[in-house]
Amino acid sequence: MNARSPAAPDFDAVIVDEVSRSFGRRRALTRVSFHASRGTILGLLGPNGAGKSTMLAILATLMQPTSGRIRFGELDPAAGGGLLRGRIGVLGHDLFLYPELSAFENLTFFAGLHQVENAGEAAANGLRRAGLEDRADDPVGSFSRGMRQRVALERALIHSPRLVLLDEPFTGLDDASARALVGRLNELRDGGAILVVATHDLDLAEGLLDQVVFLRDGRVADTVGRPERLRAAYRDVMARRES
Amino acid sequence: MFARVVWLILRKDLTVEVRSREIAYTTIFFAVSCVLIFAFALVKEGKPPEDGAAGILWIAIAFAGTLALGRAFERERQAETLRALLLAPAPRPAIYLGKLLGILALLGGAELVLVPLIALLYQAPLLQYPGWLALILLTGTLGFTAVGTLFAAMLVRARSRDVLLPVLLYPITVPVIIAGVRGTAALLQPDIDLELVRFWIALLVAFDVVFVTLALWTFEPLMTD
Repeated sequence: MNARSPAAPDFDAVIVDEVSRSFGRRRALTRVSFHASRGTILGLLGPNGAGKSTMLAILATLMQPTSGRIRFGELDPAAGGGLLRGRIGVLGHDLFLYPELSAFENLTFFAGLHQVENAGEAAANGLRRAGLEDRADDPVGSFSRGMRQRVALERALIHSPRLVLLDEPFTGLDDASARALVGRLNELRDGGAILVVATHDLDLAEGLLDQVVFLRDGRVADTVGRPERLRAAYRDVMARRES
Repeated sequence: MFARVVWLILRKDLTVEVRSREIAYTTIFFAVSCVLIFAFALVKEGKPPEDGAAGILWIAIAFAGTLALGRAFERERQAETLRALLLAPAPRPAIYLGKLLGILALLGGAELVLVPLIALLYQAPLLQYPGWLALILLTGTLGFTAVGTLFAAMLVRARSRDVLLPVLLYPITVPVIIAGVRGTAALLQPDIDLELVRFWIALLVAFDVVFVTLALWTFEPLMTD
């Protein structure tokens, strides 16, 4: 992993406790609870509009719950949100990269924002892990979707976050890139990170996730601790939705 | 940390602009078009309207500034990079200040083109007191941009942001435009009244202090959620 932000506090679990979130009259999340510890990949699964992205935004401290609370170990994001963000990495559906800047400039910029010591070295390490050292000085706008996704993943991990949030990370990736991403996520889990992945891709999720929270209409429809029960649970949740 | 983040954002914005030149070209083109249209309409038989130059300069700055503000944040919206900035453990007022300085630099560049063009077309002695003029332009543009940067960041996710930005921005920045026009017009008089110029500059400085402070204070809560 790269050098972490020096001032960022650490934690070993994320606890979501009865979290609800409304946008005006519309309720996006209703009393959602789950827990994820170090070395775990937790999947947020569910149909479109289930509340997965809202949950990720709340975990990223970009949004506050209307009720309920989240704790990062003993830390309350309402009190230490700014510093906590130094231990959270987010790979969104949009890649959060500047197309006019080169891959190296993008990574150096975000390493600087996260107060990573020696941002240039961290950026070079990230590019090596992404297998893009030879394209380091090319503008990101000239990259394929898969290459941009690899840079974006390294951007999200440049400050060695404890909590990694990934929103549909397999979208637009070919099989080889998706396998490489799965390998990288497994590495992070083995390194003690907490990963929360929102995805529709059941095939990739099946071999990757340690525990799954199914969301439907903003509520927890089911939780699965054993990956072999994933498909049956997914079918059940979707059938309930249709009926 | 604060100054470092301001510098990182400013350097990034200027690098992106140097590569794309998108905001500089559109802003300068729009401002120059604005000045030329007024010249075609108002300059009759080579005689420009009295005191027209100051008003036209500030109309061009306000319109071009609105365009620059919109584009600067549209760029952050397209790849959701504003979200990435907000996800960093950086002080959010520093992000605001970095964006503000970037837009200020771009408008400063546009003003370097506008001032000699208006001086030429409207036969206005704008460059007679370059120091005073620079001070009026700096304080006026800062006040306009301070409010505009805050509103443009707030509206970045609004569907009708292009309409809402001028609707919110112009009424609040009316004092800046009035002080800018009056201060610039005072510089164009044959007998310059420095007391009057100082008064308008003091008003602009007061506006800058109030609105930059307010924006730094409110940027964090406004950008959360």
